[in-house]
Amino acid sequence: MRVALFITCLTDAYFPRTGIAVVKVLEHLGQTVEFPAAQTCCGQPMFNNGFTAEARELARRMVDVFEPFEAVVTPSGSCAAMIREHFAHLFDGEQLMAARAASLAARTFEFSEFLTKVLRVNLRELGVHWEGDVTAHSACHLRGLGLTGVSEGLLGEIQGVKLTPLGKAEQCCGFGGTFAVKYPQISGGMVGEKVECIQATGCSTVVCNEAGCGMNLAGACRRAGAQVRFISLAEIMAEGLGLMERQEGGQ
Amino acid sequence: MSHAPVHRAASEVLSPALPYDMRPAAAVASRNVTLQQFVNSATELKDHGRVSACRAAFGENYGAVRELAGSIKQHTLDHLDHYLERYIDAATAAGVRVHFAADAAEANAICVGIAKANNCRLCVKSKSMVTEETRLVPALEAIGVETLETDLGEFILQLDGDAPSHIVTPMIHKDRAAVARAFVRELGARYTEDPPTLTAIAREHMRKKFRKADQGISGANFLIAETGSLVLCTNEGNADLSVGVPRIHVALVGIEKVIPRMEHLSVFLKLLARSATSQALTVYTSIITGPRKSGEPDGPEEMHVILLDNGRTEILREETRELLRCIRCGACLNACPVYRKVGGGHAYGAVYSGPIGAAITPLLKGLANYPDLPHASSLCGACFEACPVKIDIPKQLIRLRAAMVERRLAGVGERGVMRVWGAILKRPWAYRVAARVGRAVQRSMGEGIASSDPFADRGWISSAPGPLAGWTDVRDLPTPTSRSFREWWAARRTEDRRGEERS
Repeated sequence: MRVALFITCLTDAYFPRTGIAVVKVLEHLGQTVEFPAAQTCCGQPMFNNGFTAEARELARRMVDVFEPFEAVVTPSGSCAAMIREHFAHLFDGEQLMAARAASLAARTFEFSEFLTKVLRVNLRELGVHWEGDVTAHSACHLRGLGLTGVSEGLLGEIQGVKLTPLGKAEQCCGFGGTFAVKYPQISGGMVGEKVECIQATGCSTVVCNEAGCGMNLAGACRRAGAQVRFISLAEIMAEGLGLMERQEGGQ
Repeated sequence: MSHAPVHRAASEVLSPALPYDMRPAAAVASRNVTLQQFVNSATELKDHGRVSACRAAFGENYGAVRELAGSIKQHTLDHLDHYLERYIDAATAAGVRVHFAADAAEANAICVGIAKANNCRLCVKSKSMVTEETRLVPALEAIGVETLETDLGEFILQLDGDAPSHIVTPMIHKDRAAVARAFVRELGARYTEDPPTLTAIAREHMRKKFRKADQGISGANFLIAETGSLVLCTNEGNADLSVGVPRIHVALVGIEKVIPRMEHLSVFLKLLARSATSQALTVYTSIITGPRKSGEPDGPEEMHVILLDNGRTEILREETRELLRCIRCGACLNACPVYRKVGGGHAYGAVYSGPIGAAITPLLKGLANYPDLPHASSLCGACFEACPVKIDIPKQLIRLRAAMVERRLAGVGERGVMRVWGAILKRPWAYRVAARVGRAVQRSMGEGIASSDPFADRGWISSAPGPLAGWTDVRDLPTPTSRSFREWWAARRTEDRRGEERS
C-alpha cells in the first residue's frame, strides 16, 4: 500500500526517532512509505483555541497534500482525531471540500490503529523481541478514537516486554496544548499525579505514543527528579525487529 | 480534630465579582491538600462506580442506551414548544397551577407571591439546583419565611452559610468533622463524628420542621408531557416529606426537564442513578401528578409548577441545544481531572460546575463574564465519555472558544500569536525556517542533554520566557533534538538517489 506519513509538528521536532521508527516498521511490513514534504500542521492548535478560520485554511492544505495517498498514518492520536472528527465540519457549506475532507478522514489512521485494523499484524507472529520492564501512558485522544488498550495489547504481544499497568490510566496527563501554558496550576496538578503513578510502577521506561503527552510527562518527571525514559511503541518495535539500534538511558 | 478548609460565603461563591477570574480560586485549591483529597477520593470512587454499574447493567449495550437517552432528549428539545404545551395542558387538567418565569427574579417573585398569599411562615425545601440558580432561599427569607434545606448535604451547607460544590453531592468538599462542628455550633448538639448519630440529630431537627411547615419546595428531575407528572429522584426521603406534608407544594423546574411520555422515563431512571451514584435506582422515585384529589388521604392542597427559562431559550439555539439534554447526574464532574484539581465546584464561580458548568455558565451568564471556563480544560474527553445523554462537552467548549475569538474576547497577544503561527504553517518554507529558528533558540536555553543520537539529544529548559513561562513554572520543557525527522528523510532520499546513480 502507498502510505503517506503525517509526522505532525511536535513529533517532527521533538521526537524524530519515533517518526524514523514508524517508517522502518511500515517498510518492514511491506508498505511503500512516502513523506509529502509540503505537509506542515493539521491546525489543531488553532482549532482548539477557537481560531476556526485559521484552522480551516490549514485543513484545506492538509487535504490537498494528503489526498493522493491510499492511507495516511500518523504517530499522534490527537492529530489523527483532528482530521477524523473535525475536518469535515470545518467545511460546512462547502460541499466538495467537506466530501474531500471526509474521504481523507476515512483513510487516516493512528499508527497502532493502522497496525491492528488495516494490516492486522500480530507482533508475536511477527517475531518482535524486546526485553524490558515498561509501563504505558494512554493518551486521551486514543480513547476518543476508540483505541483504548490497543497499544497496550500490542505491547503484550512483544516477546520480552513486561508491562506494568499505570495507575489512573484513564485520567488525562494535563497537557491539553495551550491549556498547559494557560493554566499551569491545574495542568501541573494533573501531571504531578501522573508522575506519582509512574514512580509507583517502579518502571524506568514509559511507553508514550503522543508527542504532547510525552513532552509534558517527560518534563514533569525530570522536574521531579524521576529517572524515567520515554519511548514510543514504534521505537520498541523497530528496535525489537532489529531495524534500529537499541537506545538506552536518556529521557 | 482535623481542620477542614475555610470556605467563602455562599453568595460570594455563587455570585462572584464579574468578570470572574478562576485562577486565584484554582491556585488556592491546588495548595489545599485536604480539599484535594476529599474531592479526589470521592470523585474517583463515583467515577469507577459508574463504570462498573453501567457495565454490569448494560454490557455492550451501554453505548446504545446512551444514544437512546440522548436522542429522546434531543427530540424533545427539537420540539420543545409542542411538549411544553402538552405538559401544561396535562398538568393543568391534573389540578396543577403552572406558571412561567422568564428569569430568576420572576421565578422568585412568583414563589414569594404564593408564600405571601397563603401567609406561609415555614418552608421545607428539597434539593434543587434551579433554586440555587435563582437564589430562592434568600428571597424567601427576605420576606420572613424561614426556609429549611432538608437534603442532608444542603442542610449542612445552610448551617455553614456555604454553597454546593457538586451537582449531586453538594458537600463533596467537607468532611465529618466539619459537620460535627456545624451541629455543635448551630444545633447545640454534643460533638460527634459518628455518621449515624449525626444523621439522627439532623433527622430529629427536621422532623419538627416538617410537621409545622406550610409550604414545600422542590425542583424536578423530569416532567412528563403526556401525563402532566413531575418526577423526583432522591435518596433520603426528604423530598417526599417536603412536597407531601405541607399544604402547598411549589416546584421550580427548568423548561428543559420535559420528556414526552411515561415510557421514556424508564430509560432515564436506568441511567440517572447509575451515572450519578452507581445505584440501580434512587432510593425514592416519586411520580407526582397534581395535588391531593378528593378522597385521597394525603398530599398538598395546592400544587404549583414554575417553568423557568432564565437563559435556556438562548441555549436552545441549534448549535448549543445538546447542552439542554443534561439530566444533572454529575457524572462529568466525577470524571473530570480539572474538577478534581481545582478542589471541586467552588472554583467555577457559579451554581453549575465541572465540565457541564464550564459549558453552560458562559451561556447563562455571559461569555465575557466567564472567560476562563471554556479554556480551563485539557479537552481530554472524559466528560463526553461519562455523559449518559452523550453531550459532546469538549466540542461545546471549543465552540465557546471560537465565539470568544469572534467577539474579540480572546487576548490580543493570543490573537497575534495564532494569526502569525497560522500564516507560517500555510507555507512549508516558512515552517522550515521557523522550525530551525525555534530549535536554535530553544537549544541555546536547554541543558542536560543525555544522548549522542542527533534524533534523541533533547535538552531541557527549566525557566522559559514569555508565554511559555507557565509551562516551566511546573515542569521542564524539552528542546527539539539537534536534527528533525524531516532532515532525516531528506538525507535518506539523497542517499537513495546517490545509490541509484551508482548502480
